[in-house]
Amino acid sequence: MARALITMPKSARLGEIIEVRALVQHAMETGYRRDSDGSMLQRDLIRRFSCSFAEAVRSDGTRAAPGTRVVFAATLHAAIAANPYFSFYFRAEKSGTLIFLWEGDNGFAHREQATLMVNA
Amino acid sequence: MLLLLASGSMYAQNSPEMRRSGITYTSPGTQALQADDSQNPGMLWVRDGAQRWTIPSGDARKSCADCHGAIATMRGVAARYPAASPSSGSAASAAGRVITLSQQINRCRVEQQRAPAWPPEHADLLALESAIAFESRGLPMAPPAQPALSAAQTRGEALYRQRIGQVDLSCHDCHDRLAGKKLGGNTIPQGHVTGYPIYRLEWQAVGSLQRRMRGCMTAVRAEPYAWNAPELVDLEAWLAKRAAGMRIESPGVRP
Repeated sequence: MARALITMPKSARLGEIIEVRALVQHAMETGYRRDSDGSMLQRDLIRRFSCSFAEAVRSDGTRAAPGTRVVFAATLHAAIAANPYFSFYFRAEKSGTLIFLWEGDNGFAHREQATLMVNA
Repeated sequence: MLLLLASGSMYAQNSPEMRRSGITYTSPGTQALQADDSQNPGMLWVRDGAQRWTIPSGDARKSCADCHGAIATMRGVAARYPAASPSSGSAASAAGRVITLSQQINRCRVEQQRAPAWPPEHADLLALESAIAFESRGLPMAPPAQPALSAAQTRGEALYRQRIGQVDLSCHDCHDRLAGKKLGGNTIPQGHVTGYPIYRLEWQAVGSLQRRMRGCMTAVRAEPYAWNAPELVDLEAWLAKRAAGMRIESPGVRP
């Protein structure tokens, strides 16, 4: 079972740069190792991590920019340790939701989201 | 006089003020990893276990919370284990026998939830154990005064001092006499069990104290005791006494 820990402030001032931290539970099996019987362990990696921002709907029901935009993304490879940890910075300009998505081998997909309130 | 000096220095290692948690021997990077809950990978297991606490399981469809209430009620529990198991209605259980925290979790699982026991090092078992240990973080290790536990501690201390394996070393040789010196590139810690279950960078996962001890036994080319063997439980009981009064830091991070 995958678990993730997201650490970021719940609210920020307009224009403030906030740190976002994302830690996910994953074996990151390289595909180059053998088990105790000598047979190859099947590769099981997270291939991509992305974080998108979805702007909160305004009180009048409209959005300035519909949909989401990617604010951070990374491609992962075999040399990255188990339980990968990412930290990045994000300029808080509008209230909304950050959507974190980890995708990988064997159909692995884990999604988390966190809301951010921006005070003018 | 010489004898006095010699015994004095031997006990100095184990006197409370000389005791040091293993984290103090690690690099600043590893220390930072343990200190920050947003980076400590062991917190993934803690979070997982806290969630599992409330999920009904087994034929009885009971969750841990159904009997115990919120996981916060577990504060202080991990500080007591291993301990003599409380008596229960089931005749199959061995009341009075000293058991570890993970054995107690499995006992609840079998007797209360009526689910099959988890095998050693099962991810769900480690998650629950991590979550329960986390509730005691900051509390001093406090083995209770029980005759059965006292006997286990005595047996455990004898095993701790028993030289084993082709390398012919006892736990005491490394973790008392040679603590602070190097074994390969690593500093030998005093071996106080304040951080279990630990996230070990070498394992890239959380593991139990028994996994750590069995690893040591293999390293000195001894045949490790089987999982949950009475000898390993006795050793755990002795190590808890040896670390009594030291603050619990679970989930610990070690290289």
